[in-house]
Amino acid sequence: MCRLAFWSMSLQCWDDALVSALVGWPPWLEASVQHSSQFWMANMYSKGTKRKFFDSVDAAMDNKAALYSRQRQSLLDMSLIKLQLCHMLVEPNMCRSVLIANTVRHIREEMTHDGSWQLVTEAFGGSGPSDHLVATEVLCRSSALEQQGGGPKLYSVMGYDGCREEEVVTDEALCSVTFSDGAPSLLGTIDHCWDRAELRMAAVENRVIKDSGSEVESGEGAKTVMGQVFGTFEIKNVAPGSDLALEELFSAVDASYYDLDTMLTSIQSTPKMGPYNLLDSMASSHGPTSNSSCRTDLSELDHIMEIIVGS
Amino acid sequence: MAGAGGGGNDVQWCFSQVKGAIDDDVAEADIISTVEFNHSGELLATGDKGGRVVIFQQELESKNQPLCRGEYNVYSTFQSHEPEFDYLKSLEIEEKINKIRWLPQKNAAQFLLSTNDKTIKLWKISERDKRPEGYNLKEEDGRYRDPTTVTTLRVPVFHPMDLMVEASPRRVFANAHTYHINSISVNSDCETYLSADDLRINLWNLEITDRSFNIVDIKPANMEELTEVITAAEFHPNQCNTFVYSSSKGTIRLCDMRASALCDQHSKLFEEPEDPSNRSFFSEIISSISDVKFSHSGRYMMTRDYLTVKIWDLNMESRPVETYQVHEYLRSKLCSLYENDCIFDKFECCWNGNDSVVMTGSYNNFFRMFDRGYRQDVTLEASRESSKPRSVLKPRKVCTGGKRKKDEISVDSLDFNKKILHTAWHPQDNIIAVATTNNLYIFQDRL
Repeated sequence: MCRLAFWSMSLQCWDDALVSALVGWPPWLEASVQHSSQFWMANMYSKGTKRKFFDSVDAAMDNKAALYSRQRQSLLDMSLIKLQLCHMLVEPNMCRSVLIANTVRHIREEMTHDGSWQLVTEAFGGSGPSDHLVATEVLCRSSALEQQGGGPKLYSVMGYDGCREEEVVTDEALCSVTFSDGAPSLLGTIDHCWDRAELRMAAVENRVIKDSGSEVESGEGAKTVMGQVFGTFEIKNVAPGSDLALEELFSAVDASYYDLDTMLTSIQSTPKMGPYNLLDSMASSHGPTSNSSCRTDLSELDHIMEIIVGS
Repeated sequence: MAGAGGGGNDVQWCFSQVKGAIDDDVAEADIISTVEFNHSGELLATGDKGGRVVIFQQELESKNQPLCRGEYNVYSTFQSHEPEFDYLKSLEIEEKINKIRWLPQKNAAQFLLSTNDKTIKLWKISERDKRPEGYNLKEEDGRYRDPTTVTTLRVPVFHPMDLMVEASPRRVFANAHTYHINSISVNSDCETYLSADDLRINLWNLEITDRSFNIVDIKPANMEELTEVITAAEFHPNQCNTFVYSSSKGTIRLCDMRASALCDQHSKLFEEPEDPSNRSFFSEIISSISDVKFSHSGRYMMTRDYLTVKIWDLNMESRPVETYQVHEYLRSKLCSLYENDCIFDKFECCWNGNDSVVMTGSYNNFFRMFDRGYRQDVTLEASRESSKPRSVLKPRKVCTGGKRKKDEISVDSLDFNKKILHTAWHPQDNIIAVATTNNLYIFQDRL
């Protein structure tokens, strides 16, 4: 099953790229590890997954740290999959979604704290496999722009599985694109995509394709990932001063479901301490649908369109 | 152990009745989603996932068996809500009944509020046991008589007929909630009630359906900042200006409607500081409050989170006065429970008539009672095996580690699909209604 394959591959990925610099993790986390270690051991081993321990020494501390980070990563993966699977016929349970989203934020904050977030990025930042250059390039480019400091506003496109509506907006005759920081909507992808984690996953799946050559599911998953990155632009009503006719047209739209989407996509916004403080550089206005609004440079938009069109 | 818990340490709980299908194949529509006694305890209402309400009535105690309480038999069944489709969002609106609340009885008819995710309905349940006969212009079957054949006048007379119970929708309160309604609560003034969804609470007048007043709104201006939702709300049983609402972060806010029109500012905030030794990634999830209930006296309130039941004194906000562990053995299993979504189960809780005992459900069809006075607790099971009439329920025990004693059940053997989310306690007597997935068990104390 794709999900299990993915999890096992993600573990291997961590093995390859992992940091041993997980020092000073708090004791309550240790307790958490110990509590769940039995579960995890059973879970991982029963799937027949080979785990590569770190080189040499295998101090008990390293093992624990590795185990803990694997546990945390798996929890993150699980949470993201749960969030994505809420696209059902019935509206998703908001309480459950909020709790899972908070868990994801919590994990992300912790990973940013101990630096493992950056390490993931560095592992895949510049050396993504060529098959994923499209996804990679856009996201890396966003990162590069950010590091140039200010400059053009950063954005991404959001893809939705079966996006139902597009609300076309004009904001002083400019088409604005709302964005999170460079990754597709959590809800829009079958496999989880999470900032650079998406790159990692894409890389992993590519590896699966290359290595096994028979993982159709993973292959399709990778394509889906890429497809979803550029799935659909979602353009939302932004400023109160927007075109009146369009406002009236969409005033009856009940945006509650999209509110949920928006809330969930906020998870993608980078943590305050991360190196990718995209949202900080953006002006935000509170439109009727309560989504953050950002202006974008038209030339940036053109470039993205070119990539999509594949010219 | 027998007799522990439940109104003194000499109460023994006996099986009384079970309602619902016997087979293990559960139809989705039959899953019970709410259980509620009326104010006298004579009527017991259940709602299910198929949008139906079934009301049971307690039979009058017969003279032959003065020590035996009356049985509950079906009194009325009706379809309260139908599935709807929201065309704008391309989403189904479930017909599942989330809550039923009875209104205090004012005349011969009974009234209850039932709600699904979006719409609240006021139902009138009335009896008809007489019918008029002897009309002048109509035949008995309703056909009109030829006026020329009418030569005498007579007065129609009421004749007894078989009892007929009619349920009719008297009010429909719709289109006031963008998010899913989780609670309704009738005010002690018997004129208003509140309805709460994930982000807002509305105040209604029972007579007026086209308007409601928003009294709490926690929706952030930017939905990306949403981290907390409303999980339950209830009016104070005596003070018509006071209500509480609980959140997914484990806080309870008490609001006074006299303070301001919009009660976003709470009057009191009840929150227990987090225990640092128990912190984990799941801390927030298990602190999310799934139910809040005032005591009958109005002095205390009870909250249910995933692992505990807490009793709060309304005069003390800093911490609960009592904490009861429902199934602490699950703390080491939180990761698995997160994976299979059980960690999001919303258990309810209830008080007994004199506020001395509280009850809540657990897994494996277990339910727990905590006697506040005697500091005793007991675990009982609602199962077909222990369903012989008037058989005394045997206390159950979960073995947490080490050697499993006889009759104990180990944590790993628990069936997490068999969960008791809804329980209700008769307002005066020791009669309890416990809902398993699709069966309703009624237990009473041994007289």
